[in-house]
Amino acid sequence: MRRLVRATPFMGSAALVVLVGPGLRAGAAAAEVRAPDGAFAPDANAAKEGVLLNQDARISGRIDILDRRADVLIQPRGREWEGYHETWLQPLGVLVILGTLLLLGLFYAAMGPLRLTRGRSGRTVTRFSPGERFAHWLAAISFVLLALTGLNVTYGKIVLRPVIGPDAFSAFAQWVKYTHNYAGIAFALGLLTIAALWLRQNLPTRLDLAWLRAGGGYLSETHVSAGRFNAGEKLVFWFAVLAGVAITASGVVLLFPFYGTTIAGMQLAHIVHSLTAIAFVAVILGHIYVGTIGTEGAIEAMVSGEVDVNWAREHHDLWLAETMAGSAPNERPEPASLGRQGA
Amino acid sequence: MARMKFLCDADRCIECNACVTACKNEHEVPWGINRRRVITLNDGKPGERSVSMACMHCTEAPCAAVCPTSCFLPTEDGIVLHSKDLCIGCGYCFYACPFGAPQYPRVGNFGTRGKMDKCTYCAGGAGPEPTGSMEEYVKYGSNRLAEGKLPLCAEMCSTKSLLAGDGEMIARIYKERVVTRGYGSGAWGWKTAYREDVSA
Ligand code: HEM
Ligand code: SF4
Repeated sequence: MRRLVRATPFMGSAALVVLVGPGLRAGAAAAEVRAPDGAFAPDANAAKEGVLLNQDARISGRIDILDRRADVLIQPRGREWEGYHETWLQPLGVLVILGTLLLLGLFYAAMGPLRLTRGRSGRTVTRFSPGERFAHWLAAISFVLLALTGLNVTYGKIVLRPVIGPDAFSAFAQWVKYTHNYAGIAFALGLLTIAALWLRQNLPTRLDLAWLRAGGGYLSETHVSAGRFNAGEKLVFWFAVLAGVAITASGVVLLFPFYGTTIAGMQLAHIVHSLTAIAFVAVILGHIYVGTIGTEGAIEAMVSGEVDVNWAREHHDLWLAETMAGSAPNERPEPASLGRQGA
Repeated sequence: MARMKFLCDADRCIECNACVTACKNEHEVPWGINRRRVITLNDGKPGERSVSMACMHCTEAPCAAVCPTSCFLPTEDGIVLHSKDLCIGCGYCFYACPFGAPQYPRVGNFGTRGKMDKCTYCAGGAGPEPTGSMEEYVKYGSNRLAEGKLPLCAEMCSTKSLLAGDGEMIARIYKERVVTRGYGSGAWGWKTAYREDVSA
């Protein structure tokens, strides 16, 4: 009995809190503003667009729809993202990509290819294993595919649509979109393999400074010492690794829209993706130039995996010495193990 | 020539969601797609306001600008129509739209969102389907405008919070209200959509 009596005041106050509680909590959340004469002012506390947009870039609230994306009422940033895409990205891409092509063309016209000063020796040495070449071509082919299909998203409506018509262009763009979205897997695998295979040989050394100072022999026409990869190749390697991570990560965000991201996250992912793409294309154009028409004999390393011994001596002397020394003493480089070129 | 717009008088909206329901019913909008929605701000606090929002049919529509296949067609009345035949479901219009209007049938991993759907201002689509035809109805919903009627959401709004019609006319109605009752929280989204403001 005594117990019950003691409990009663507590129960009473609990009931009081339940009754008044909601009112108290609402009052605590935001004090109600009244008109100067104390009258109820229906609009005094009203949510105002300008005020809310000053507090946050987006106005969001509560909705009855079970879709988180739908709770954003206004996001003026959409117009800014449009401005980025239409007013900045498009001219920037043209400028950077065509500018790079123009520079490379001028460079080739002025300097021509970097020739083998002592001609070919006729003997070759293995530069890249089949596994290395496979990983490189996987990344290379998927990169070209990704670049062309990605650029169609940016420029197709300007370049291709007027030529082939809206219906054909949309049908094309649909397939191009799927190609882009799936080729990304091949690219990521290829790049990951390349990175794993060549990481150690791409760590910077003191030699790289001398190589860079001499412009890699491109400008000075002198040959500079280099190991398996010279400083130029190392720069391309590290750029590709970093840009590859950025473009793959942002690409995956775009592939799986709104998984843990909001509209702001999607816009940012797109900006990172497209800016990286432009820089990547420019750097890879330079890489392709150096690896093909820019340097006599370079392409063979990635096609057959074999390079002429003279080529190796001129571009990667230290690596050549290491390769020869590495095969000693057990596998003395017998002439047979150095494949012969030509008849 | 009329310039069609929407205006939601948030001081009148009672969050009954009838506009949402009417839209779904009129156009037989598929499950999961919301051409119009009501968003409540400051929910449960003094000054709570609800705004009914759909495609605002913007001036210089950002969705149309970013679309990689140019599937949008702004009409002479300022209505932003689009063609589901040309849409490739890339999702760009949703990133560009300030009002979250574009909707997609699926979530869209690996770009499989399907054809974009959004408010047509009850004016059908920009495809080749004949106006008022069954084909047009199936893809875009009914074409009330062709019958001389305004969007159903605004037509049946019980408090006449949601207004549709010529921009100047609905702005005038709203200004009159603001003057008469002495307050108004503004024409939500107008600055972003039409680059203009309605002040009394
Ligand atoms: C590595 C994996 C990659 C993934 C998962 C990926 C994914 C995507 C996605 C989802 C989009 C949005 C449009 C669409 O749905 O098609 C996109 C756009 C784009 N991507 Fe990629 N991508 C990847 C790599 C690359 C690479 C390597 C390049 C170019 C070198 C590239 C260039 C572009 C460009 C230019 C756009 C269009 C940007 C625009 O105009 O808005 N992407 N990508
Ligand atoms: S509200 Fe969104 S979908 Fe409608 S015209 Fe403006 S940007 Fe396009």
